[in-house]
Amino acid sequence: MELKGRKMVSLNEFTTNEIEEIVDAALEISTDITGYGKLLQGYIMGALFYEASTRTRLSFESAMLRLGGKVVGFADASTSSSKKGESLADTIRVMDDYCDIIVLRHPKEGSAKLAGQFSTVPIINAGDGGHKHPTQTLTDLVTLKKEFARISNLKIALCGDLRFGRTVHSMLETLSRWKGNSFVLISPEKLRIPEWLRSNLEEMDIDFTEITDLETGIERADVLYMTRIQKERFFSEKEYLKLKNAYILDVKRLKNSPSEMIVMHPLPRVNEIDYDVDNDDRSRYFQQAANGVPARMALLALLLGRWRQ
Amino acid sequence: MKVKAIDRGIVIDHITAGKGLEIFRKLKLKNVHFPVVLLMNVASTRYGKKDVIKVENRIDLDMEMLALMDHQLIVNIIENNVVAEKRKPSLPRHIKGLFNCENPRCISNEDPYVSSSFVRIDTEKKTYQCIYCEENVSLMDKRF
Repeated sequence: MELKGRKMVSLNEFTTNEIEEIVDAALEISTDITGYGKLLQGYIMGALFYEASTRTRLSFESAMLRLGGKVVGFADASTSSSKKGESLADTIRVMDDYCDIIVLRHPKEGSAKLAGQFSTVPIINAGDGGHKHPTQTLTDLVTLKKEFARISNLKIALCGDLRFGRTVHSMLETLSRWKGNSFVLISPEKLRIPEWLRSNLEEMDIDFTEITDLETGIERADVLYMTRIQKERFFSEKEYLKLKNAYILDVKRLKNSPSEMIVMHPLPRVNEIDYDVDNDDRSRYFQQAANGVPARMALLALLLGRWRQ
Repeated sequence: MKVKAIDRGIVIDHITAGKGLEIFRKLKLKNVHFPVVLLMNVASTRYGKKDVIKVENRIDLDMEMLALMDHQLIVNIIENNVVAEKRKPSLPRHIKGLFNCENPRCISNEDPYVSSSFVRIDTEKKTYQCIYCEENVSLMDKRF
């Protein structure tokens, strides 16, 4: 199916070939990031960010500007009509007429699915609560393909908040569709992956184990994907404080991990990766963040039907 | 205990013991003017105990709702004193607006435009999944 006009609520609605098409376009763009300045001239992207964001919002804006398009929207829900009680559905209906593509971040899970029911232009889920974050996964896939020249047959250790970590959910769901990938899921008992995701993985007969010890988990990994324990997902401060220091990656802990392993993190980090790790050859999280721009440029151009036209 | 066989009507048989009263109430059988009987804890060779509802009249039944309440039961349609038809209710594929998603972070609990909406993912375990946040909900112990 053509990518033009499609909505990206999650990557499940896209075939592996379509996902690779986006990743490959991003890799191509990243070799000449200033060379696509006329591709989306005359197009407007609506950026509706109901929840705080630095990388996702600014890389989307940067992507649209680099493609020659323009951006309208808000970065703070308190400056939008949602403060007056407007429903998300109404906002989407209105924005549908104001722009050619909508990027939505919202604290409620399933909000992008709802938005997709009320929009005629493509909707891109830029994170819906603790649920999914498909464009972070695209960024991660671009990073993996740059590093390993493949997104299959990888041993990936994911560590931290696997229950509310939307980047983890999208990444696990997506990478499990490529052959030979296996996963070690490292988290406190209370922050293990949600039941819906576990049942999906079991149904697909995916090779995954759930453990609590970080050092054991990274013994044979190609990738260590760290995540932050997210304060904003907890209803109780007490519960957050109990878990916030569960995993801290430092140079000492990295010592026994494979020398070819890479360390990724969707950022922002708080204290789960010690600053000293930044100087380790294995750290890739800043390159990963940089890949967010070409990944989103590729996605915008493809969903608007302007890539290779 | 003997209850007279009915000539024409409905027998809801093999109701899970303890659920008969709930189904009796849901069908509003307390307010009807024809004979109805609710039998509880009747001996059952298949399940040990069961509840049974006999209705001496033909009434419309929402088979999907019956399945949600108890997917073990069987509806027998009685004509001329014999079982003319046996109906096994099946769980609906989709459920919309009947109950709320249990995930407090789900958009369906927030936006006034949205009705909760679930899709069946496991018939045996009576498990449904919210189409918005994808959280699973088991209807095994849910009351309707």
